[in-house]
Amino acid sequence: MFAFCSDPASLDGLAWITCYLTTAKHLQLYYAVGTVLLLLAITAPAALAFGFGGAMAARAHLAPLRWFGKAYIAVVRGVPDIAFFLFFVIALDQAFEWTRHQILCPDWDQPIRQGNDFVVCQAAKLPLGSAPQWVHETYGFTLAVLTFAIVFGAFAANVLFGAMRAVPRAQMETAEAYGMTRRQAFWRIMVPQMWVYALPGLGNLWMVLIKATPLLFLLGVEDIVYWARELGATANPRFTDYPHGDWRMWYFLGLMVFYLGFTRVSEVVLERLMQRLTLGQATTGGEAQRKAA
Amino acid sequence: MKKLLLTTAALALTTGFAMADTVRLGTEGAYPPYNFINDKGEVDGFERELGDELCKRAELTCEWVTNDWDSIIPNLVSGNYDVIIAGMSITDERDQVIDFTQNYTLPDPSAYLAPSADVDVKSGVIAAQSGTIQASYVASSGATLVEYATPEESIAAVRNGEADAVLADRAFLLPVAEEDAGLELLEELVMIGGGIGLGLRESDAELKAKFDAAIQSMKDDGSLNALIEKWEIGLTF
Repeated sequence: MFAFCSDPASLDGLAWITCYLTTAKHLQLYYAVGTVLLLLAITAPAALAFGFGGAMAARAHLAPLRWFGKAYIAVVRGVPDIAFFLFFVIALDQAFEWTRHQILCPDWDQPIRQGNDFVVCQAAKLPLGSAPQWVHETYGFTLAVLTFAIVFGAFAANVLFGAMRAVPRAQMETAEAYGMTRRQAFWRIMVPQMWVYALPGLGNLWMVLIKATPLLFLLGVEDIVYWARELGATANPRFTDYPHGDWRMWYFLGLMVFYLGFTRVSEVVLERLMQRLTLGQATTGGEAQRKAA
Repeated sequence: MKKLLLTTAALALTTGFAMADTVRLGTEGAYPPYNFINDKGEVDGFERELGDELCKRAELTCEWVTNDWDSIIPNLVSGNYDVIIAGMSITDERDQVIDFTQNYTLPDPSAYLAPSADVDVKSGVIAAQSGTIQASYVASSGATLVEYATPEESIAAVRNGEADAVLADRAFLLPVAEEDAGLELLEELVMIGGGIGLGLRESDAELKAKFDAAIQSMKDDGSLNALIEKWEIGLTF
Protein backbone atom coordinates (compact mmCIF):
# COMPACT_ATOMS: atom_id res chain seq x y z
CA MET A 1 0.00 0.00 0.00
CA PHE A 2 2.76 2.43 0.95
CA ALA A 3 5.95 2.84 -1.07
CA PHE A 4 8.21 1.94 1.84
CA CYS A 5 6.49 -1.44 2.15
CA SER A 6 8.20 -2.90 -0.92
CA ASP A 7 10.73 -4.85 1.16
CA PRO A 8 9.00 -5.92 4.40
CA ALA A 9 11.94 -8.04 5.59
CA SER A 10 14.06 -4.92 6.14
CA LEU A 11 11.42 -3.11 8.19
CA ASP A 12 10.92 -3.18 11.92
CA GLY A 13 8.81 -1.60 14.63
CA LEU A 14 6.12 0.84 13.64
CA ALA A 15 6.90 0.73 9.92
CA TRP A 16 6.52 -3.06 9.89
CA ILE A 17 3.23 -2.89 11.78
CA THR A 18 1.94 -0.19 9.42
CA CYS A 19 2.80 -2.24 6.37
CA TYR A 20 1.49 -5.43 7.97
CA LEU A 21 -1.85 -3.90 8.85
CA THR A 22 -2.32 -2.49 5.35
CA THR A 23 -1.70 -5.64 3.30
CA ALA A 24 -4.46 -6.48 0.84
CA LYS A 25 -5.39 -9.36 3.12
CA HIS A 26 -5.97 -7.00 6.03
CA LEU A 27 -8.00 -4.70 3.82
CA GLN A 28 -10.36 -7.63 3.35
CA LEU A 29 -10.78 -7.77 7.13
CA TYR A 30 -11.75 -4.09 7.19
CA TYR A 31 -14.02 -4.69 4.23
CA ALA A 32 -15.63 -7.54 6.22
CA VAL A 33 -16.37 -5.10 9.06
CA GLY A 34 -18.31 -3.05 6.51
CA THR A 35 -20.11 -6.19 5.32
CA VAL A 36 -21.19 -7.02 8.86
CA LEU A 37 -22.40 -3.48 9.55
CA LEU A 38 -24.28 -3.38 6.24
CA LEU A 39 -25.87 -6.73 7.02
CA LEU A 40 -27.06 -5.44 10.39
CA ALA A 41 -28.31 -2.20 8.88
CA ILE A 42 -30.43 -4.09 6.35
CA THR A 43 -31.44 -7.04 8.50
CA ALA A 44 -32.68 -5.11 11.53
CA PRO A 45 -35.47 -3.20 9.71
CA ALA A 46 -36.25 -6.26 7.57
CA ALA A 47 -36.60 -8.47 10.65
CA LEU A 48 -38.77 -5.80 12.28
CA ALA A 49 -41.00 -5.76 9.22
CA PHE A 50 -41.27 -9.57 9.28
CA GLY A 51 -42.00 -9.38 13.00
CA PHE A 52 -44.69 -6.75 12.55
CA GLY A 53 -46.30 -8.77 9.78
CA GLY A 54 -46.08 -11.94 11.85
CA ALA A 55 -47.64 -10.27 14.89
CA MET A 56 -50.44 -8.77 12.82
CA ALA A 57 -51.11 -12.16 11.22
CA ALA A 58 -51.16 -13.87 14.62
CA ARG A 59 -53.81 -11.39 15.80
CA ALA A 60 -55.90 -11.57 12.65
CA HIS A 61 -59.61 -12.34 12.75
CA LEU A 62 -59.36 -14.53 9.69
CA ALA A 63 -58.57 -18.00 11.04
CA PRO A 64 -56.14 -19.28 8.32
CA LEU A 65 -54.12 -16.08 8.52
CA ARG A 66 -54.01 -16.37 12.30
CA TRP A 67 -52.87 -19.99 12.08
CA PHE A 68 -50.18 -18.99 9.61
CA GLY A 69 -48.89 -16.25 11.92
CA LYS A 70 -48.87 -18.51 14.96
CA ALA A 71 -47.22 -21.35 13.05
CA TYR A 72 -44.51 -19.02 11.72
CA ILE A 73 -43.71 -17.80 15.23
CA ALA A 74 -43.75 -21.26 16.78
CA VAL A 75 -41.84 -23.18 14.09
CA VAL A 76 -39.06 -20.72 13.34
CA ARG A 77 -38.44 -19.98 17.01
CA GLY A 78 -38.16 -23.69 17.69
CA VAL A 79 -35.61 -24.61 15.00
CA PRO A 80 -31.91 -24.10 15.91
CA ASP A 81 -30.33 -21.21 13.96
CA ILE A 82 -27.53 -23.32 12.57
CA ALA A 83 -29.93 -25.98 11.23
CA PHE A 84 -32.08 -23.24 9.77
CA PHE A 85 -29.06 -21.70 8.07
CA LEU A 86 -27.80 -24.95 6.63
CA PHE A 87 -31.12 -26.41 5.54
CA PHE A 88 -33.34 -23.48 4.75
CA VAL A 89 -30.88 -21.46 2.68
CA ILE A 90 -29.89 -24.41 0.49
CA ALA A 91 -33.58 -25.31 0.11
CA LEU A 92 -34.45 -21.70 -0.75
CA ASP A 93 -31.65 -21.52 -3.32
CA GLN A 94 -32.76 -24.81 -4.87
CA ALA A 95 -36.38 -23.67 -4.92
CA PHE A 96 -35.37 -20.56 -6.92
CA GLU A 97 -33.29 -22.62 -9.32
CA TRP A 98 -36.00 -25.26 -9.70
CA THR A 99 -38.56 -22.58 -10.62
CA ARG A 100 -36.22 -20.96 -13.12
CA HIS A 101 -35.41 -24.39 -14.53
CA GLN A 102 -39.10 -25.13 -15.16
CA ILE A 103 -39.55 -21.82 -16.96
CA LEU A 104 -36.27 -21.48 -18.86
CA CYS A 105 -35.55 -25.08 -19.83
CA PRO A 106 -38.89 -26.78 -20.56
CA ASP A 107 -37.36 -29.39 -22.90
CA TRP A 108 -34.78 -30.69 -20.43
CA ASP A 109 -35.11 -34.47 -20.26
CA GLN A 110 -32.76 -35.41 -17.41
CA PRO A 111 -33.89 -35.65 -13.81
CA ILE A 112 -33.00 -32.70 -11.57
CA ARG A 113 -32.05 -34.89 -8.65
CA GLN A 114 -29.34 -37.34 -9.64
CA GLY A 115 -28.33 -39.15 -6.48
CA ASN A 116 -26.77 -36.49 -4.31
CA ASP A 117 -26.56 -33.94 -7.07
CA PHE A 118 -28.96 -31.14 -7.76
CA VAL A 119 -28.64 -30.54 -11.49
CA VAL A 120 -30.46 -27.77 -13.33
CA CYS A 121 -29.65 -26.45 -16.79
CA GLN A 122 -26.93 -23.79 -17.06
CA ALA A 123 -29.43 -21.02 -17.84
CA ALA A 124 -31.35 -21.70 -14.64
CA LYS A 125 -28.33 -21.37 -12.38
CA LEU A 126 -28.69 -18.57 -9.88
CA PRO A 127 -26.52 -16.63 -10.19
CA LEU A 128 -25.35 -17.75 -13.64
CA GLY A 129 -22.17 -19.80 -13.58
CA SER A 130 -20.51 -17.16 -15.73
CA ALA A 131 -21.43 -14.27 -13.44
CA PRO A 132 -18.49 -12.46 -11.83
CA GLN A 133 -17.58 -13.26 -8.26
CA TRP A 134 -19.21 -10.14 -6.79
CA VAL A 135 -22.61 -11.26 -8.13
CA HIS A 136 -22.18 -14.57 -6.31
CA GLU A 137 -21.21 -12.70 -3.17
CA THR A 138 -24.14 -10.33 -3.40
CA TYR A 139 -26.49 -13.25 -3.94
CA GLY A 140 -25.09 -15.06 -0.90
CA PHE A 141 -25.40 -11.85 1.10
CA THR A 142 -29.03 -11.40 0.01
CA LEU A 143 -29.87 -14.96 1.01
CA ALA A 144 -28.22 -14.28 4.36
CA VAL A 145 -30.26 -11.13 4.92
CA LEU A 146 -33.46 -12.94 4.02
CA THR A 147 -32.69 -15.85 6.35
CA PHE A 148 -31.68 -13.60 9.22
CA ALA A 149 -34.86 -11.56 8.67
CA ILE A 150 -37.05 -14.67 8.78
CA VAL A 151 -35.35 -16.11 11.88
CA PHE A 152 -35.19 -12.89 13.87
CA GLY A 153 -38.56 -11.81 12.48
CA ALA A 154 -40.17 -14.75 14.29
CA PHE A 155 -38.70 -13.64 17.61
CA ALA A 156 -39.64 -10.04 16.91
CA ALA A 157 -43.19 -11.16 16.03
CA ASN A 158 -43.48 -12.83 19.41
CA VAL A 159 -42.22 -9.71 21.18
CA LEU A 160 -44.57 -7.42 19.24
CA PHE A 161 -47.51 -9.78 19.72
CA GLY A 162 -46.98 -9.56 23.47
CA ALA A 163 -46.47 -5.79 23.32
CA MET A 164 -49.76 -5.31 21.46
CA ARG A 165 -51.58 -7.21 24.17
CA ALA A 166 -49.83 -5.18 26.86
CA VAL A 167 -51.41 -1.91 25.70
CA PRO A 168 -54.04 -1.17 28.37
CA ARG A 169 -57.50 -2.34 27.32
CA ALA A 170 -58.96 0.97 28.55
CA GLN A 171 -57.08 2.79 25.77
CA MET A 172 -58.70 0.62 23.12
CA GLU A 173 -62.12 0.96 24.72
CA THR A 174 -61.77 4.72 24.67
CA ALA A 175 -60.88 4.56 20.99
CA GLU A 176 -63.96 2.46 20.32
CA ALA A 177 -66.08 4.91 22.34
CA TYR A 178 -64.85 7.69 20.07
CA GLY A 179 -66.20 5.68 17.16
CA MET A 180 -62.89 4.59 15.63
CA THR A 181 -62.95 1.51 13.44
CA ARG A 182 -60.81 -1.49 14.38
CA ARG A 183 -58.21 -0.46 11.83
CA GLN A 184 -58.09 3.15 13.04
CA ALA A 185 -57.81 2.10 16.67
CA PHE A 186 -55.00 -0.30 15.76
CA TRP A 187 -52.90 2.23 13.86
CA ARG A 188 -53.66 5.36 15.91
CA ILE A 189 -53.88 4.00 19.44
CA MET A 190 -52.28 0.61 19.74
CA VAL A 191 -49.21 0.86 17.48
CA PRO A 192 -47.89 4.16 18.90
CA GLN A 193 -48.29 2.85 22.45
CA MET A 194 -46.96 -0.69 22.05
CA TRP A 195 -43.32 0.26 21.32
CA VAL A 196 -42.56 1.04 24.93
CA TYR A 197 -43.57 -2.51 25.84
CA ALA A 198 -41.73 -4.01 22.87
CA LEU A 199 -38.43 -2.18 23.22
CA PRO A 200 -36.77 -4.26 25.97
CA GLY A 201 -37.48 -7.44 24.00
CA LEU A 202 -36.43 -5.92 20.68
CA GLY A 203 -33.27 -4.54 22.30
CA ASN A 204 -32.37 -8.06 23.41
CA LEU A 205 -32.91 -9.36 19.89
CA TRP A 206 -30.65 -6.66 18.48
CA MET A 207 -27.88 -7.65 20.86
CA VAL A 208 -28.20 -11.29 19.80
CA LEU A 209 -28.29 -10.33 16.13
CA ILE A 210 -25.04 -8.36 16.43
CA LYS A 211 -23.24 -11.46 17.60
CA ALA A 212 -24.90 -13.91 15.20
CA THR A 213 -22.97 -12.73 12.12
CA PRO A 214 -20.35 -15.54 12.15
CA LEU A 215 -23.20 -17.74 10.87
CA LEU A 216 -22.55 -15.90 7.60
CA PHE A 217 -19.56 -18.05 6.76
CA LEU A 218 -21.87 -21.04 6.49
CA LEU A 219 -23.17 -19.26 3.41
CA GLY A 220 -19.72 -18.45 2.07
CA VAL A 221 -19.88 -14.79 3.12
CA GLU A 222 -16.54 -14.04 4.77
CA ASP A 223 -17.21 -12.17 8.00
CA ILE A 224 -14.82 -10.64 10.53
CA VAL A 225 -14.48 -13.78 12.64
CA TYR A 226 -13.35 -15.74 9.58
CA TRP A 227 -10.72 -13.14 8.72
CA ALA A 228 -9.53 -12.85 12.31
CA ARG A 229 -8.96 -16.60 12.38
CA GLU A 230 -7.30 -16.60 8.97
CA LEU A 231 -5.05 -13.59 9.65
CA GLY A 232 -4.15 -14.66 13.18
CA ALA A 233 -3.02 -18.13 12.09
CA THR A 234 0.70 -18.79 12.14
CA ALA A 235 2.28 -17.16 9.09
CA ASN A 236 5.17 -19.21 7.76
CA PRO A 237 7.99 -17.18 6.11
CA ARG A 238 7.83 -19.47 3.09
CA PHE A 239 4.36 -18.30 2.24
CA THR A 240 4.22 -14.66 3.33
CA ASP A 241 6.35 -11.54 3.56
CA TYR A 242 5.10 -10.90 7.07
CA PRO A 243 5.85 -14.03 9.10
CA HIS A 244 4.53 -14.22 12.64
CA GLY A 245 3.51 -16.81 15.23
CA ASP A 246 0.04 -17.77 16.35
CA TRP A 247 -1.54 -14.33 16.81
CA ARG A 248 -5.15 -15.43 16.93
CA MET A 249 -5.39 -14.30 20.54
CA TRP A 250 -4.66 -10.69 19.56
CA TYR A 251 -7.07 -10.75 16.66
CA PHE A 252 -9.83 -12.18 18.80
CA LEU A 253 -9.02 -9.62 21.48
CA GLY A 254 -9.54 -6.95 18.83
CA LEU A 255 -12.84 -8.55 17.89
CA MET A 256 -13.90 -8.58 21.52
CA VAL A 257 -13.22 -4.87 21.84
CA PHE A 258 -15.15 -4.25 18.63
CA TYR A 259 -18.17 -6.23 19.80
CA LEU A 260 -18.14 -4.81 23.32
CA GLY A 261 -17.87 -1.27 21.96
CA PHE A 262 -20.68 -1.95 19.53
CA THR A 263 -23.01 -3.39 22.16
CA ARG A 264 -22.18 -0.50 24.52
CA VAL A 265 -23.14 2.06 21.87
CA SER A 266 -26.31 0.06 21.22
CA GLU A 267 -27.19 0.12 24.91
CA VAL A 268 -26.81 3.89 25.08
CA VAL A 269 -28.94 4.39 21.98
CA LEU A 270 -31.61 1.99 23.23
CA GLU A 271 -31.73 3.76 26.59
CA ARG A 272 -32.28 7.12 24.86
CA LEU A 273 -34.96 5.59 22.70
CA MET A 274 -36.66 4.18 25.78
CA GLN A 275 -36.73 7.67 27.34
CA ARG A 276 -38.35 9.07 24.22
CA LEU A 277 -40.94 6.32 23.96
CA THR A 278 -41.88 6.50 27.63
CA LEU A 279 -42.81 10.16 27.33
CA GLY A 280 -46.49 10.65 28.09
CA GLN A 281 -47.24 6.93 28.34
CA ALA A 282 -49.55 5.41 30.91
CA THR A 283 -46.72 3.39 32.45
CA THR A 284 -44.79 3.80 35.68
CA GLY A 285 -41.86 5.15 33.66
CA GLY A 286 -44.11 7.72 31.97
CA GLU A 287 -45.61 8.67 35.30
CA ALA A 288 -42.14 9.21 36.82
CA GLN A 289 -41.17 11.44 33.89
CA ARG A 290 -44.37 13.48 34.33
CA LYS A 291 -43.69 14.03 38.01
CA ALA A 292 -40.05 14.98 37.45
CA ALA A 293 -40.98 17.54 34.79
CA MET B 1 -15.16 -26.89 -49.15
CA LYS B 2 -14.60 -23.34 -48.12
CA LYS B 3 -18.21 -23.06 -47.06
CA LEU B 4 -17.94 -26.25 -45.09
CA LEU B 5 -14.88 -24.90 -43.31
CA LEU B 6 -16.69 -21.70 -42.52
CA THR B 7 -19.69 -23.50 -41.07
CA THR B 8 -17.48 -25.69 -38.93
CA ALA B 9 -15.60 -22.61 -37.79
CA ALA B 10 -18.90 -20.89 -36.99
CA LEU B 11 -20.09 -24.01 -35.20
CA ALA B 12 -16.88 -24.23 -33.26
CA LEU B 13 -17.25 -20.58 -32.36
CA THR B 14 -20.84 -20.93 -31.16
CA THR B 15 -20.06 -24.03 -29.14
CA GLY B 16 -17.07 -22.07 -27.89
CA PHE B 17 -19.45 -19.40 -26.64
CA ALA B 18 -21.78 -21.95 -25.13
CA MET B 19 -18.86 -23.53 -23.33
CA ALA B 20 -17.50 -20.23 -22.10
CA ASP B 21 -19.20 -20.80 -18.78
CA THR B 22 -16.97 -20.10 -15.85
CA VAL B 23 -15.82 -23.10 -13.90
CA ARG B 24 -15.68 -22.28 -10.22
CA LEU B 25 -12.87 -23.89 -8.26
CA GLY B 26 -13.55 -24.34 -4.57
CA THR B 27 -10.64 -24.53 -2.12
CA GLU B 28 -10.03 -24.15 1.60
CA GLY B 29 -7.26 -21.57 1.59
CA ALA B 30 -5.76 -22.70 4.90
CA TYR B 31 -3.45 -25.58 4.00
CA PRO B 32 -0.06 -24.37 2.78
CA PRO B 33 1.73 -25.31 0.60
CA TYR B 34 -1.31 -26.85 -1.14
CA ASN B 35 -3.54 -23.80 -0.88
CA PHE B 36 -3.46 -20.67 1.23
CA ILE B 37 -4.40 -16.99 1.12
CA ASN B 38 -1.36 -14.84 0.34
CA ASP B 39 -0.62 -11.30 1.49
CA LYS B 40 -2.65 -9.94 -1.40
CA GLY B 41 -5.68 -11.81 -0.13
CA GLU B 42 -5.67 -14.16 -3.13
CA VAL B 43 -5.62 -17.94 -3.24
CA ASP B 44 -2.02 -19.08 -3.72
CA GLY B 45 0.04 -22.25 -3.51
CA PHE B 46 0.62 -25.49 -5.38
CA GLU B 47 -3.03 -25.98 -6.24
CA ARG B 48 -3.47 -22.38 -7.39
CA GLU B 49 -0.72 -22.82 -9.98
CA LEU B 50 -1.92 -26.30 -10.87
CA GLY B 51 -5.56 -25.23 -11.21
CA ASP B 52 -4.70 -22.22 -13.39
CA GLU B 53 -2.55 -24.40 -15.66
CA LEU B 54 -5.22 -27.13 -15.90
CA CYS B 55 -7.86 -24.56 -16.82
CA LYS B 56 -5.55 -23.14 -19.49
CA ARG B 57 -4.97 -26.58 -20.98
CA ALA B 58 -8.65 -27.50 -20.82
CA GLU B 59 -9.52 -24.06 -22.27
CA LEU B 60 -11.82 -23.16 -19.42
CA THR B 61 -12.32 -19.86 -17.64
CA CYS B 62 -11.84 -20.54 -13.98
CA GLU B 63 -12.63 -18.61 -10.87
CA TRP B 64 -11.41 -19.29 -7.32
CA VAL B 65 -13.65 -19.42 -4.28
CA THR B 66 -12.86 -20.35 -0.70
CA ASN B 67 -15.10 -22.47 1.47
CA ASP B 68 -14.97 -24.01 4.92
CA TRP B 69 -13.50 -27.52 4.87
CA ASP B 70 -16.43 -28.97 6.82
CA SER B 71 -19.04 -27.97 4.25
CA ILE B 72 -16.83 -28.26 1.16
CA ILE B 73 -18.54 -31.41 -0.21
CA PRO B 74 -22.19 -30.34 0.50
CA ASN B 75 -21.57 -27.01 -1.24
CA LEU B 76 -20.09 -28.76 -4.29
CA VAL B 77 -23.04 -31.13 -4.52
CA SER B 78 -25.57 -28.30 -4.26
CA GLY B 79 -23.76 -26.44 -7.05
CA ASN B 80 -22.11 -23.46 -5.33
CA TYR B 81 -18.90 -24.31 -7.21
CA ASP B 82 -17.97 -26.98 -9.72
CA VAL B 83 -14.63 -28.41 -8.60
CA ILE B 84 -12.99 -29.13 -5.25
CA ILE B 85 -9.26 -28.50 -5.41
CA ALA B 86 -8.26 -28.54 -1.76
CA GLY B 87 -5.66 -31.24 -1.16
CA MET B 88 -8.46 -33.77 -0.94
CA SER B 89 -7.24 -37.37 -0.98
CA ILE B 90 -9.15 -39.87 -3.05
CA THR B 91 -10.95 -42.30 -0.74
CA ASP B 92 -13.74 -44.82 -1.26
CA GLU B 93 -16.01 -43.05 1.23
CA ARG B 94 -15.77 -39.73 -0.59
CA ASP B 95 -16.01 -41.45 -3.94
CA GLN B 96 -19.50 -42.61 -3.06
CA VAL B 97 -20.68 -39.01 -2.80
CA ILE B 98 -18.60 -37.21 -5.43
CA ASP B 99 -16.33 -38.16 -8.33
CA PHE B 100 -12.58 -37.77 -8.49
CA THR B 101 -10.28 -37.15 -11.44
CA GLN B 102 -7.06 -39.11 -11.65
CA ASN B 103 -4.63 -38.20 -8.89
CA TYR B 104 -2.29 -35.24 -9.37
CA THR B 105 -0.02 -36.13 -6.48
CA LEU B 106 1.22 -39.53 -5.43
CA PRO B 107 -0.08 -40.73 -2.07
CA ASP B 108 1.87 -38.45 0.26
CA PRO B 109 2.92 -40.04 3.51
CA SER B 110 1.24 -38.52 6.55
CA ALA B 111 3.49 -37.67 9.46
CA TYR B 112 3.20 -36.96 13.16
CA LEU B 113 4.35 -33.62 14.55
CA ALA B 114 5.08 -33.64 18.28
CA PRO B 115 7.02 -31.70 20.91
CA SER B 116 9.36 -34.65 21.50
CA ALA B 117 10.22 -37.89 19.71
CA ASP B 118 9.09 -40.22 22.52
CA VAL B 119 5.35 -39.78 22.01
CA ASP B 120 3.39 -43.01 21.84
CA VAL B 121 1.18 -42.46 18.79
CA LYS B 122 -0.70 -45.72 19.38
CA SER B 123 -2.19 -44.76 22.75
CA GLY B 124 -1.68 -41.02 23.13
CA VAL B 125 -3.99 -38.13 22.29
CA ILE B 126 -3.66 -37.31 18.58
CA ALA B 127 -5.02 -34.17 16.90
CA ALA B 128 -6.28 -34.08 13.32
CA GLN B 129 -8.48 -31.89 11.16
CA SER B 130 -12.05 -33.16 11.18
CA GLY B 131 -13.27 -34.93 8.07
CA THR B 132 -9.77 -35.83 6.85
CA ILE B 133 -8.28 -39.22 6.06
CA GLN B 134 -5.90 -38.66 8.98
CA ALA B 135 -8.82 -38.24 11.39
CA SER B 136 -10.38 -41.54 10.36
CA TYR B 137 -6.97 -43.23 10.53
CA VAL B 138 -6.39 -42.03 14.12
CA ALA B 139 -9.92 -43.08 15.09
CA SER B 140 -9.20 -46.64 14.01
CA SER B 141 -5.62 -46.79 15.33
CA GLY B 142 -6.53 -47.02 19.01
CA ALA B 143 -5.23 -43.57 19.90
CA THR B 144 -7.57 -40.90 21.29
CA LEU B 145 -8.66 -38.59 18.49
CA VAL B 146 -9.30 -34.89 18.99
CA GLU B 147 -10.63 -33.12 15.92
CA TYR B 148 -10.29 -29.47 14.90
CA ALA B 149 -12.05 -27.50 12.20
CA THR B 150 -8.89 -26.02 10.66
CA PRO B 151 -5.33 -27.36 10.19
CA GLU B 152 -4.00 -24.37 12.16
CA GLU B 153 -6.02 -25.29 15.23
CA SER B 154 -4.81 -28.89 15.16
CA ILE B 155 -1.20 -27.66 15.38
CA ALA B 156 -2.06 -25.12 18.08
CA ALA B 157 -3.51 -28.01 20.11
CA VAL B 158 -0.08 -29.68 20.15
CA ARG B 159 1.67 -26.42 21.01
CA ASN B 160 -0.50 -25.82 24.07
CA GLY B 161 -0.48 -29.44 25.21
CA GLU B 162 -4.08 -30.42 24.45
CA ALA B 163 -2.79 -33.19 22.22
CA ASP B 164 0.44 -35.23 22.23
CA ALA B 165 0.90 -35.07 18.47
CA VAL B 166 -0.85 -34.02 15.29
CA LEU B 167 -1.25 -36.23 12.22
CA ALA B 168 -1.39 -34.47 8.84
CA ASP B 169 0.13 -34.54 5.35
CA ARG B 170 3.91 -34.43 5.58
CA ALA B 171 4.16 -31.61 3.03
CA PHE B 172 1.97 -29.44 5.27
CA LEU B 173 3.86 -30.22 8.49
CA LEU B 174 7.36 -29.88 7.05
CA PRO B 175 7.49 -26.05 6.89
CA VAL B 176 5.86 -25.87 10.33
CA ALA B 177 8.53 -28.11 11.85
CA GLU B 178 11.30 -26.09 10.18
CA GLU B 179 10.04 -22.86 11.71
CA ASP B 180 9.22 -24.06 15.21
CA ALA B 181 12.18 -25.35 17.23
CA GLY B 182 9.82 -26.79 19.84
CA LEU B 183 8.18 -29.22 17.43
CA GLU B 184 9.63 -32.09 15.44
CA LEU B 185 8.44 -34.62 12.89
CA LEU B 186 8.41 -38.21 14.09
CA GLU B 187 10.18 -40.84 12.02
CA GLU B 188 7.07 -42.95 11.71
CA LEU B 189 5.20 -42.32 8.47
CA VAL B 190 1.68 -43.45 7.67
CA MET B 191 0.59 -44.27 4.14
CA ILE B 192 -3.10 -43.48 3.74
CA GLY B 193 -5.26 -42.32 0.85
CA GLY B 194 -4.90 -42.76 -2.88
CA GLY B 195 -3.24 -39.48 -3.74
CA ILE B 196 -4.98 -36.16 -4.26
CA GLY B 197 -7.48 -35.57 -7.05
CA LEU B 198 -9.99 -32.95 -8.13
CA GLY B 199 -13.46 -33.55 -6.70
CA LEU B 200 -16.44 -33.10 -9.02
CA ARG B 201 -20.17 -33.77 -8.97
CA GLU B 202 -21.02 -37.27 -10.16
CA SER B 203 -23.23 -35.80 -12.88
CA ASP B 204 -20.37 -33.72 -14.33
CA ALA B 205 -18.76 -36.46 -16.46
CA GLU B 206 -17.85 -34.05 -19.26
CA LEU B 207 -15.93 -31.65 -17.03
CA LYS B 208 -14.23 -34.57 -15.34
CA ALA B 209 -13.01 -35.89 -18.70
CA LYS B 210 -11.55 -32.48 -19.58
CA PHE B 211 -9.65 -32.19 -16.32
CA ASP B 212 -8.49 -35.80 -16.57
CA ALA B 213 -7.02 -35.07 -19.99
CA ALA B 214 -5.37 -31.88 -18.74
CA ILE B 215 -3.81 -33.66 -15.76
CA GLN B 216 -2.58 -36.43 -18.06
CA SER B 217 -0.95 -33.90 -20.38
CA MET B 218 0.79 -32.24 -17.43
CA LYS B 219 2.01 -35.61 -16.23
CA ASP B 220 3.29 -36.46 -19.71
CA ASP B 221 5.33 -33.30 -20.31
CA GLY B 222 6.80 -33.22 -16.80
CA SER B 223 5.29 -29.85 -15.84
CA LEU B 224 3.35 -31.45 -13.00
CA ASN B 225 6.58 -32.85 -11.53
CA ALA B 226 8.16 -29.41 -11.79
CA LEU B 227 5.27 -27.92 -9.79
CA ILE B 228 5.46 -30.67 -7.17
CA GLU B 229 9.16 -30.00 -6.73
CA LYS B 230 8.71 -26.24 -6.63
CA TRP B 231 6.20 -26.43 -3.76
CA GLU B 232 7.88 -29.45 -2.09
CA ILE B 233 4.70 -31.48 -2.15
CA GLY B 234 6.37 -34.89 -2.00
CA LEU B 235 7.12 -37.67 -4.43
CA THR B 236 7.11 -36.94 -8.16
CA PHE B 237 5.50 -39.10 -10.82
